[in-house]
Amino acid sequence: MSSLPLAVARRRHRRGVRHTLDVRVSPYAYVAPFLLLFCAFGLFPLAYTAWVSLHDWTLLSDEHAFVGAANYVTLLADGYFWNAVFNTLSIGVLSTAPQLVLAIWLAHLLNRPLRFQTLFRVSLLLPNVTSVVAVVVIFSQLFGRDFGLINWVLSWFGAGAVDWAAGTATSHVALSTMIMWRWTGYNALIFLAAMQAVPRELYEAATLDGASGFTQLRRITLPMIRPTIVFVVVVSTIGAMQIIAEPLLFSASSGAGGVGASGGPDRQYQTLALFVYEQGFTKFDFGYAAAASWLMFVAVVLVAGVNYLLTRRMRGGLA
Amino acid sequence: MPPRLQRAAVPLLTASLLALATACGGGGGDTAGTAAKPGEKIKLTIGLFGDFGFKPLYEEYKKTHPNIEITENVTQFNDHHNNLVKRLATNAGADDIEAVEVGYISTFTAQPAKFHDLKQYGLDRRQGEYLDWKWQQGLSKQGGQLLGLGTDVGGLAMCYRKDLFAKAGLPTDRTEVAALWPTWDKYIETGRKFAASGVAGAKFVDSPGEIFRAMVNQAPTGLYDDQDQIIVGSNPAVKQAWDLSNQLTSEKLTAKLAAFSPPWNTGFAKGSFATIICPAWMTGFIQEQAKDAAGKWDIATVPGGSGNSGGSHLMIPKQSKHPKEAAELIDFLTSKENQAKVFKEEGTFPSIPALYDDPSIQSFTKPFFGDAPIGKIYSEAAKALKPQHLGPKEAEVRVVIGDGLGRVEQGKQTPDQAWAQVLEDVKKIK
Repeated sequence: MSSLPLAVARRRHRRGVRHTLDVRVSPYAYVAPFLLLFCAFGLFPLAYTAWVSLHDWTLLSDEHAFVGAANYVTLLADGYFWNAVFNTLSIGVLSTAPQLVLAIWLAHLLNRPLRFQTLFRVSLLLPNVTSVVAVVVIFSQLFGRDFGLINWVLSWFGAGAVDWAAGTATSHVALSTMIMWRWTGYNALIFLAAMQAVPRELYEAATLDGASGFTQLRRITLPMIRPTIVFVVVVSTIGAMQIIAEPLLFSASSGAGGVGASGGPDRQYQTLALFVYEQGFTKFDFGYAAAASWLMFVAVVLVAGVNYLLTRRMRGGLA
Repeated sequence: MPPRLQRAAVPLLTASLLALATACGGGGGDTAGTAAKPGEKIKLTIGLFGDFGFKPLYEEYKKTHPNIEITENVTQFNDHHNNLVKRLATNAGADDIEAVEVGYISTFTAQPAKFHDLKQYGLDRRQGEYLDWKWQQGLSKQGGQLLGLGTDVGGLAMCYRKDLFAKAGLPTDRTEVAALWPTWDKYIETGRKFAASGVAGAKFVDSPGEIFRAMVNQAPTGLYDDQDQIIVGSNPAVKQAWDLSNQLTSEKLTAKLAAFSPPWNTGFAKGSFATIICPAWMTGFIQEQAKDAAGKWDIATVPGGSGNSGGSHLMIPKQSKHPKEAAELIDFLTSKENQAKVFKEEGTFPSIPALYDDPSIQSFTKPFFGDAPIGKIYSEAAKALKPQHLGPKEAEVRVVIGDGLGRVEQGKQTPDQAWAQVLEDVKKIK
């Protein structure tokens, strides 16, 4: 080293620095755009919402008095809030559980040599690319009380006209149907992708051992795609906890009364997100709405976490 | 990390930050700042809910004002007013001219700083033409500024289906029908007769909501007292209207169709209800919704005396860049001649009393309503009108009560339970 001229040594050193710089710093530079955007549109709104939730903050006045936890105290005693929690969970379970079972079944059907395979797969995704407004408007007509198709079919079996939007359970069923219509195919495609990664040999061996198709699905497919199931369950749960467009539009297009955001005159299908929207954007009580959205955030994390743990434990039952 | 590297890292991160900041900042600046130079084309936007019948007037206006371009933005009733609140608060996005319905007018006249004073543009000269109470509604709370100019008033009448009345064995002539219901009790009694006759597929009335609104509007005081205090719980007129509305429900006289919903529209087409409360602007709705039912609808006087339901003002938000041109357009749209024209086309009734005795209005009939003399009917209704004080959260209170009526109608609660919940909900309105 010492025999080298000084200039060369310096150049080498500089090259070494550049290399270390590249290796150590570049990764941060690469992820910086995401982190910056996440801070601007994810973290900052979250923190700011928390700040707003501690104030008596309405859109119409310029003064925002600090009230501490008062909004949360009122909220926890607000029957309408708990009603929204119940509706969210009820619609969430009613839509997610059958949806995932159906999606796995559809994926299983498509996971075999078929004619027009691409056509079937594309058509699975079609409901998902339809605008939610169109879906709700059409389904509201199908679920119409006086002239709806579903009541018409039910009348063949002697059933009286069901006022779908008026009842709590019936409106939840109607809304869950709309959600399932939109998301089943999408989830089926994700399951299908995972199923195609399962080695064929396993099925061949199972067939030789005389296992039926259903046993193969239960004993091979499901355990092998478990990570995907966990992913889909968590994502669907988060989606289900945030439902707003369907109930909001349902109340406008079903004629159940109730103007927009109350989710029916008896709030029979007002979800948490819709409750937040009602407080924030029809009553302009931002402080209260911010508190509600924070509690909603906590609820989403809790429910998604519980579902994550439950699905992870599924292995015991299957393998 | 050696100190030298740190020094290098800081500018690198800063650079990427800056790049992002400029990338994000680019979008905002372009749309703002289009101050008109003289002679340049001026674009005016006008925000409405529903069809105001202004379209032919724009064409006419463009002939005399070739440099003005008018765009109409129509939104659904509640969204329109909610959006306006948001746009005023955020100081962005409002149209140059915004229509405000009477249920919301006090909400906005309480914020004079958000609107242009139309006196600046000389529109206070129009005061003499207007119904006094309509004019007053457009003034700021303290009365100093003129914030909105009235378009129409909603004098009340009752529309009914002649064919369904005939099937039920009720009279069909409008004076005889009017004689059936001098009071709301008699109206319900007529409903009972209608129901007893068993006309298939049709109820007596669409839903109790708009009937409730009409009954409250007929009282000298409604949901608010003169001091802007909500008096839903203490005003006997409100409770009476509530009880009568629920009587319609309990006697199964309603078709359970919430006003302005798609099934309600279908109900028009299918003839699901025989009567509907008919402020002047409703005639335009009926004509639009029940296209096939020309000649089947007719109009009689309303039970319980006259009242006002609905009607609007036009206002110019402070954020408008062309308040002078907007004010001129408002002046044009609300002029005596044009209010008369709009009435003949769309049914919204003028707020300028000189027109009420105008022969062209007095003798105006509409074939759709069996040549009913609607000019005469609504003139009488408007002349007899006793104005009522409206509070700042009028619309929100009405929604709460409407939900209560809905709960009774859907069989979720007894009228007493629903009333108790309404009073609780009203207390929460800030």
